[in-house]
Amino acid sequence: MKVSVQAEDFDLGAECAAMARGRSDIGALASFVGLVRDTNDGAGVVKLALEHYPGMTEKSLAAIVEEARGRWNVMDATVIHRIGELQPGDNIVLVIVASTHRGDAFAACEFIMDYLKTHAPFWKKEETPQGGRWVDARESDDESAARWKA
Amino acid sequence: MSVKVLYFAGLREAVGQPSEQFVLQAGVGNVGQLHARLAARGGAWEALAKTKNLRIAVNQRMAAMDAPIQDGDEVAFFPPVTGG
Repeated sequence: MKVSVQAEDFDLGAECAAMARGRSDIGALASFVGLVRDTNDGAGVVKLALEHYPGMTEKSLAAIVEEARGRWNVMDATVIHRIGELQPGDNIVLVIVASTHRGDAFAACEFIMDYLKTHAPFWKKEETPQGGRWVDARESDDESAARWKA
Repeated sequence: MSVKVLYFAGLREAVGQPSEQFVLQAGVGNVGQLHARLAARGGAWEALAKTKNLRIAVNQRMAAMDAPIQDGDEVAFFPPVTGG
């Protein structure tokens, strides 16, 4: 399991290869990459600043991965979240889950993203032509996370 | 007898500082009582009371207003998270 909060960019292919290297028991790798969009809520986004809570953020991500391991067959998982200043088109977040079969890999990957968005302490501030603004939490993200409660 | 108080994101900007040491006075035994004392400073500190769906963490775990606090604890106040 790998959890990293970092300013540096990541490489999806390299991270997938690292996960699969040296083993032949993995049947499925599901991955998600989140990117910085150039528009949000009707305004152009010039750049994005990502703030986090050092210590708690890493613990929170590790706890989310542990929760996923308890629910599905997760052979390995990687979560990388970038912080600091990002530009439209940049990578923000990467989740990879390795499993025996695709069903568990897809589900665990989606669960980790839904919980990350609603539980991990990160905050986005957008720079728009009209000035800076903190991004508001979306109800739709809470609803997505609530689907996994049952 | 004090706690470290942290502020993040829009709340950090509103109160103008990322953290402070708060000396625990008599009658401040839980997060809600701490929150009330801080908000009562008035001015920019009213942001603590105005932040919608304010989140709280005690020692880096999510907590509620009735969570007890004691000497050496780390208490964080922040708006709902928006990562990913």
